[in-house]
Amino acid sequence: MNDLFATLGFYLEKPFVINALIVGVLIALCSSLLGVTLVLKRYSFIGDGLSHVAFGAMAIAAVLGLTNDMPLVLTITVVCAVLLLRMGKNAKIKGDAAIAMISVGALAIGYLLMNIFNTGSSNLSGDVCSTLFGSTSILTLSTFDVWMCIILSVIVVLFFVLFYNKIFSVTFDESFARATGQRAGLYNLLIAIVIAVIIVVSMQLVGSLLISALVIFPALSAMRVFKSFKSVTICAAIVSVVCALIGLFTSILAGTPVGSTIVAADIAVFALFSLIGAVTKRNA
Amino acid sequence: MSQIKCTDLTLGYGAQEIVTGLSFEVNAGDYLCIVGENGSGKSTLMKTLLGLTKPLSGSITFGDGVTARSIGYLPQQTDVQRDFPASVREIVLSGCLGRDGFRPFYSKADKALAARSMERMNITDLSRRCYRELSGGQQQRVLLARALCATEKLLLLDEPVAGLDPKVTAEMYELIESLNKHDGVTVIMISHDIANSLPYASHILHIGSDIFFGTRQEYLDKTHLDQAHLDKTRFAQKEGTDRE
Repeated sequence: MNDLFATLGFYLEKPFVINALIVGVLIALCSSLLGVTLVLKRYSFIGDGLSHVAFGAMAIAAVLGLTNDMPLVLTITVVCAVLLLRMGKNAKIKGDAAIAMISVGALAIGYLLMNIFNTGSSNLSGDVCSTLFGSTSILTLSTFDVWMCIILSVIVVLFFVLFYNKIFSVTFDESFARATGQRAGLYNLLIAIVIAVIIVVSMQLVGSLLISALVIFPALSAMRVFKSFKSVTICAAIVSVVCALIGLFTSILAGTPVGSTIVAADIAVFALFSLIGAVTKRNA
Repeated sequence: MSQIKCTDLTLGYGAQEIVTGLSFEVNAGDYLCIVGENGSGKSTLMKTLLGLTKPLSGSITFGDGVTARSIGYLPQQTDVQRDFPASVREIVLSGCLGRDGFRPFYSKADKALAARSMERMNITDLSRRCYRELSGGQQQRVLLARALCATEKLLLLDEPVAGLDPKVTAEMYELIESLNKHDGVTVIMISHDIANSLPYASHILHIGSDIFFGTRQEYLDKTHLDQAHLDKTRFAQKEGTDRE
């Protein structure tokens, strides 16, 4: 046991570990905040779709030889988020089909581009794997990445706090919100943009395949047990941050991949909360 | 001056006209019941009144302190709401948002208004309960309380008794009537339950292939429905409520 703490202490002195912890906690916090809204609006898959778009965008950035791909990836993902939201209203291609289409399309094109324009990298499948599962990138963050993440997280949290009541209103009943003069269209647009930002930032932590888990699991767990929007939101945020910390420490100590370990912790908490929910319901 | 005046409205989507030549007006204190078969354009008319869709032609003018934004709206329940984790208080408060603009938090006045609305709907003791665990009738009261936060003058109710059992239906009608009679709130109600909603209405708008607008008595005369029969229905409903 002492060995364990010694190892942990050893790692905690390393700046790259501190960076990973900061970024991990912030990402977990941001992704869980809007998770509640996404799950309730039946938009769970938008996170999945957008993360694949972000993957495609990263492939484009790689092909163009950009050293800093964040701005390009962020722009493309935000545009797609807005498009997906608009398409939801268009009757020709329904929301879920549109998401599935964009999602697998972007994945395929991204991999295709990386293959065709493979410039010298001998380990292509390794690169792709780390983009999809975020294996080690969180441990190789630059100072720029960390600051970018902190700034974007502050923006997301501020947005959420300032628009909390509006987010509740458009989530619970969009037609009532519209009818009583609330600017539901604008709020939906803002929500979509913020989700895109969260997705791009979280790719570093868990990779593009596992982001949905980070967004929806804490929300679903909290909904098993809590009964008001506020308590569900707060609980989801706490669950998400705790799971991220558990996952990060476990992966440091046991050498497991970061993203999958965090998601495994999320799944365990979901199972636990489902059990608690079932028990309290029976006793009530 | 009337609160809502519609002149020669044509309703529909794109090139498809659903209703043409629709004219009616609603005055303060009226209880207007909009009836018609499924697909006759009731929902479209409602969306148009709320400003969610534009009429193809014709005009809607608001007056007497009512604007398109100050209509209290009771929508039909959606799937999303059935398993929504929200407390009653959170939902009722959200009715105040329309007038708040970009102000991020609720004011004291908002909270007082929400408390008053819950009081009127008799759901104060439920305010901390979870919405999805309430009965259908209680949920409708919550949504009605929210609508009252958005308006002082005019309520628009979309099938307010859909899916409720007969006893709760009768209670709901009584509640709406007391808002109309005692608080002077104008009521516009969409219903396919003509027989049960008619006794409460002061005016009827029937849309469909033939359009009718007039007082309840005129409607009864025209359709030869028996006033005595309606009174009997109403009496039976009341009895049902009292007995419980």
